[in-house]
Amino acid sequence: MNRKIAPPIKDAIEFNLLLKDYDHYTLDNGVPVYAINAGAQEVLQIEIVFYAGNFFEHQRGIAAATNFMLKNGTLKRTAFQLNEDFEYYGSYCTRACYSETAVLSVHTLSRHIEKLLPVMQDMLTESIFPSEELEIYKQNTKQWLKVNLQKCEFVAGRLIDNYLYGEDHPYGSNSQLEDIDKLTTDDLKKFYQQYYLNGNCLIFVAGNLPHGIKNLLNDFFGKLTIAKPSFTLPDIKVSPAAEKKFRVQNDPAAVQGAIRIAQNFPNRHHPDFKKVIVLNNVLGGFFGSRLMGNIREEKGYTYGIYSYLQNHIQQSAWVISTEAGKDVCEATIEEVYKEMKKLREKKIGKVELLLVRNYMIGQILGDLDGPFHIMAKWKNIILNNLDKKYFYESVEEMKTISAKELKELANKYLQPEKFYELVVY
Amino acid sequence: MIQFEKFILSNGLRVLIHEDKSTPMAVVNVLYDVGSRDENPEKTGFAHLFEHLMFGGSKNIPVYDEPLQVAGGENNAYTTNDLTNYYCQLPAENIETAFWLESDRMISLAFGKKSLEVQRKVVCEEFKEHYINKPYGDVWHKLRELCYTSHPYKWMTIGKELKHVEDATLSDVKNFFFKHYNPSNAILVVAGNVSVKKVMKKAEKWFGPIPAGEKYDRNISPEPPQEASRQMEVKANVPLDALYKVWHMYPRSDSRYYTADLITDILSGGGSSRLYQALVKEKQLFSNIECYHMGSMDAGIITIEGKLVKGKNIKDAEAAVIEELKKLQETGITEAELQKVKNKTESAMAFEDMTVMNRAASIAIYELMGDANLINTELSRYQAVTLDDILKESRLIFRENNCSTLYYLSNN
Repeated sequence: MNRKIAPPIKDAIEFNLLLKDYDHYTLDNGVPVYAINAGAQEVLQIEIVFYAGNFFEHQRGIAAATNFMLKNGTLKRTAFQLNEDFEYYGSYCTRACYSETAVLSVHTLSRHIEKLLPVMQDMLTESIFPSEELEIYKQNTKQWLKVNLQKCEFVAGRLIDNYLYGEDHPYGSNSQLEDIDKLTTDDLKKFYQQYYLNGNCLIFVAGNLPHGIKNLLNDFFGKLTIAKPSFTLPDIKVSPAAEKKFRVQNDPAAVQGAIRIAQNFPNRHHPDFKKVIVLNNVLGGFFGSRLMGNIREEKGYTYGIYSYLQNHIQQSAWVISTEAGKDVCEATIEEVYKEMKKLREKKIGKVELLLVRNYMIGQILGDLDGPFHIMAKWKNIILNNLDKKYFYESVEEMKTISAKELKELANKYLQPEKFYELVVY
Repeated sequence: MIQFEKFILSNGLRVLIHEDKSTPMAVVNVLYDVGSRDENPEKTGFAHLFEHLMFGGSKNIPVYDEPLQVAGGENNAYTTNDLTNYYCQLPAENIETAFWLESDRMISLAFGKKSLEVQRKVVCEEFKEHYINKPYGDVWHKLRELCYTSHPYKWMTIGKELKHVEDATLSDVKNFFFKHYNPSNAILVVAGNVSVKKVMKKAEKWFGPIPAGEKYDRNISPEPPQEASRQMEVKANVPLDALYKVWHMYPRSDSRYYTADLITDILSGGGSSRLYQALVKEKQLFSNIECYHMGSMDAGIITIEGKLVKGKNIKDAEAAVIEELKKLQETGITEAELQKVKNKTESAMAFEDMTVMNRAASIAIYELMGDANLINTELSRYQAVTLDDILKESRLIFRENNCSTLYYLSNN
């Protein structure tokens, strides 16, 4: 055996990727359910996705507070009892609020699901948003925010969104301490009434599903006044900042700067999106990328540097993000632009392109491990109003996009003057 | 029930194989029995720096990452106070690539000068990013020094100071490698869409010829029992006062470890746990409070940490924490509370076992503890914990003499 020679491999691009189909049904009230029944472990997850994100709020912070406080008291149960009812069975009930959607999810051993559905139903029909609970929420959220505002990377993440979308756009607006102060139980109750009690939602269930899951879901959620979503969203215009370059001092004791370089980018429905995913991988999408190779592995300026496309529904942004030593921030930015220039001027070599293709396909193969991961892929497709064609076309682009096309895309998008540039230190 | 097969190569390498035909992937996990507890106190941060160097090329292969990525794989690694774990996942058809890469770096690293120079810088940036450039970032640095007097858990995995990493020389690196990185100090776990027979053959082919090396004999004296409580106060540029209290507990292999683990869940395993309900919700002294331990192999510590609500006095907050612990020590917990934390443990284990990558790592760590089958039997050890155990251990662990306290105060 010659250890200097790599063993033969099967190129990952020769793999046939299959995304396991979901079961689909609708509850009596028209709410759609997507189900993946798979997995060796006796566990499952239910996610109820409401169109109740911050796109729908008239004042910053209401959507997130309402979502959070679903677990802080109903007519029948105090906050403590709600927690106890999940935790006794070793189950996790979590909430999350995004731009368009707000989610209530439960993860549990499958055998306990019947005990938990009534509690979820209770939260979705009889939440009361007690004022003393809201005061605790406000106090703790403000404290959390104060600690985070001292972190350069947190501030940089907020500011760059601000420049990209404008302060009045849900993608670009950041809640401030004053916004949290202003919240009232009345605001929350109104929001709950409109966007949960009478809201639009979809349900995703995955894992080892018990027999009769369909009837169970219908019994607990099929009679509620919720309805299926229309996928149309309020039209809020972005207003990107006119100025492009920012240096912001946040912490006089900082030893590193948080760097963000970003430009607005269309959403997944744009024909370039799937192609740019590949170009992004070459640039900074994984550990073997050009940015990582140059700025971490060659120069040692940073612990890590990545580029990515933001996961928004209506529009996206292409972002490069890193934390680098304070004295090498400007040098880091210069190197980022040099890497863009190389991609604009020289076609990506065969070996590198094959590596990136194989890596990306291998990633997807690995990502499809288990029912939760499969559902995560579907959820993304469905919430973006796409279908499985999108998945297969994306895979096809990874396998076939040419070096020439990638170079054209680099020339179209990787132009330094298109990018916002920010250092927070 | 998670099935696996175990065999030992003649050079001492332990090989464990777990088949799961439901995934197209394979995982190759190599655990080295070396962590920051094995470092020289004057040269800390080495085990972790080493983890970085392991990607800088080996005897016959100039770079590690690229061939793996070409094969559709990805990898990562982590270092703890106890161990260093390397894992990669790739399409099962290409598993040979992982054997080739992992066995070559077990033979020897390339020890390139450039790799050391760059990775020293990278680790220094990692140090800054995680421990300097963040509010409260240096807490563990101070706490470890306070609660350990002699045991090497005294320093963090990243190192005691930046200087130790900056000063690392190539000869330090070589010595460290040949002392710890050999088949007799390693555990190989292969999992996923593989067959036991084929893996046995490949393991023999790629790892069999590597010289056994010397088995490293760990000889660390246990931390002497703490005889008196310790206090420290720090003022820093942070927005909120924070309280940290730590108590010594049991080694990972001790049967009382399971009791201690459940106690941390009673105190802070969620919104219905004791500390959260009493101190965040009812008394509103803290905006968040947590109780946890780190699962250390040698005797570790239980920590309670919380950030205070602005305007509250830290002494009052601390007294309220102690009051909760007193309740636990005096009246214990209810049958329902015990059942709750056991249910939580069962469910946490089921979720953890969902991915083949986690199962592979768990098998390796349990094997390091002496019995890979713990992956199947450990739950029963939790099930066996009684109300009396909880009462007894909470009295023993939460003694004042066994406690170190850090006030991390805001200076603005």
